[in-house]
Amino acid sequence: MDKFRMIFQFFQSNQESFMNGICGIMALASTQMYSAFDFNCPCLPHYNMVYGLGILLVPPFILFLLGFVLNNNISMLAEEWRRPQGQRGKDSAVLRYMFCSMAQRAMIAPAVWVSVTLLDGKCITCAFCTSVPVETLGNISHSLLSQGEIQRVLARIPCKEIYNGQELIANEVAVRYLRCISQALGWCFVLLMTTLAFLVRSLRPCFSQAAFLKSRYWSHYIDIERKLFDETCAEHARSFAKVCIQQFFEGMSTDLVAARCHLPRKAPEDVGEASKKLLGITDRGTMNMALKSWHRCKPPLHLHSPALPSGNGWAGEGQPSVHPSVPRRETAAYYSLV
Amino acid sequence: MDRFRMIFQYFQSNSESVMNGICGLLALASVKMYTCFDFSCPCLPQYNMAYGLGIMFIPPIILFLCGLILNRQSLVMLDEWRRPQGHRKKDLAVIRYMCSSIMQRAMVAPVVWIIVTLLDGKCLICAFSGSIDPEKFVGFANVSPVQVEQLLAKVPCKDDKLMRNTSHKAVSRYLRCWSQALGWSILLILIVAAFLARWLRPCFNQTALLQARHWSNYIDMEQKIFEETCCEHSRLFAHKCILHFFESMQQEITLHRFNLPREGEADEGEEDLLRGITDQDQVNKLLKTWYYEKPPLDVSQATQR
Repeated sequence: MDKFRMIFQFFQSNQESFMNGICGIMALASTQMYSAFDFNCPCLPHYNMVYGLGILLVPPFILFLLGFVLNNNISMLAEEWRRPQGQRGKDSAVLRYMFCSMAQRAMIAPAVWVSVTLLDGKCITCAFCTSVPVETLGNISHSLLSQGEIQRVLARIPCKEIYNGQELIANEVAVRYLRCISQALGWCFVLLMTTLAFLVRSLRPCFSQAAFLKSRYWSHYIDIERKLFDETCAEHARSFAKVCIQQFFEGMSTDLVAARCHLPRKAPEDVGEASKKLLGITDRGTMNMALKSWHRCKPPLHLHSPALPSGNGWAGEGQPSVHPSVPRRETAAYYSLV
Repeated sequence: MDRFRMIFQYFQSNSESVMNGICGLLALASVKMYTCFDFSCPCLPQYNMAYGLGIMFIPPIILFLCGLILNRQSLVMLDEWRRPQGHRKKDLAVIRYMCSSIMQRAMVAPVVWIIVTLLDGKCLICAFSGSIDPEKFVGFANVSPVQVEQLLAKVPCKDDKLMRNTSHKAVSRYLRCWSQALGWSILLILIVAAFLARWLRPCFNQTALLQARHWSNYIDMEQKIFEETCCEHSRLFAHKCILHFFESMQQEITLHRFNLPREGEADEGEEDLLRGITDQDQVNKLLKTWYYEKPPLDVSQATQR
């Protein structure tokens, strides 16, 4: 138990650091994804806007959902939300705390993607190149092109190699203008996000700090309780399985005694551990029969009383009670004193 | 307990080092951000100033706020500032000390950004190329004021048309010289100020400073230890809860076997650690009391109990 205690304490004190680590890795992955992505503006009047805004907004949404999926606590939140009340009241403040902390961490990678995209400028250049103010920046009065033609020419701004509107508006001028707007938007977005984060973090101690401490304690508690319960069930299942298998082999031994007319050498009390463990099966044919029988006809999940002798060799593991209600866990109510 | 003691000692001696480390990382991140950022001056008369000064001043604000957010001590300070008095008086000197140390650390990354920007020169060239006096430079004599404005605005962009007119290089050099002079001067002033502050501080009120520093470390440690103790408590609470659950399940079945003596031993040790707090209301009351009425800083009563 000491070892478990140390491990649980490590996870508990570091659960937040662990989640922060995943959050940081996702933010880095998001920058890496952006630099690896080969941005290819279509340079056609109506497709530009869709492509540009799509690249700006769809990956953040995916990253946000991914942030929730990678967070282990989402199943814990769902379980706590949907469980029947039973003998333990539900505290909506705890649920809100858990949801808020998950949502905050999930928002970081999308915010990083949007900032990097805006600061780089390619998406906005692609999406809004047809809206460049040609009257102020270029020579629209000298041009004899129709509105549609002008739109088509402007749409080619991001694609320097096919741009043919140098007399209308210089390519560098338009690109610089759009990139300037995009970077201004990017920095404003980052400033806004940082200010929001700062306000949320600094205003919280001024209001409802006691309620916050409570919610944090109980959300950690729910997590630890779930882990401990899983561990206890696993220990229990192991002991259960040992006894079940022990009974199966004993059953096989008695069948063999009935089927064959010779007694298998049942190990007497003072024979060593090894032959005791063989449980009367000492050759290949018998073993094959045992395995076939295990596969075709598993024993019921019901341990009868002779299976738990006090001198049981398995008791050295400190086995907890073996009872068949564990598989029916979903219908059992909590009888705890909490 | 030995292991805990080692960990707590590590935290205590290194709480300041951890914060200095974060401060250094932010400064490096600020330099890296500047080098990665693709500075592109719009070269338009109305936009240059806004863009140049924006790039020089908005990221420092962001870095300052990040420095405050990432510093754990800012939460501790706010907590201490806003808590109800209860049994423990509030010492404003401690809060002031914590506040000033947080601010100093948070200011490093913005200052690094501003200095790097000035030493590089691009921002100032972009922002002030339209504001220089064209008479100082050749090539602007026979040009109308509107055109002068536009030409000057295009100086940061090194447009091909201007390459024939070599004045744009002169303007760039002039502005970059000013920018670098400003950058180095600011750096010198700040370093001298830091040096004087650190050197002259022991001459004024050293005892008050030592006290403030001690109690600010204490508050930080106390917060960490409280969280650790809560974690330990919640683990034991959960363990007890689950054991009770299994016990009550067993009572439904006729055949059960529970290895009681072993649990008994573990129980005694854990009862001790649970400190008599064994249900939800008690835990809530504990947490509320911790916030509303922190215990007085007087451990002699505890030992006499």
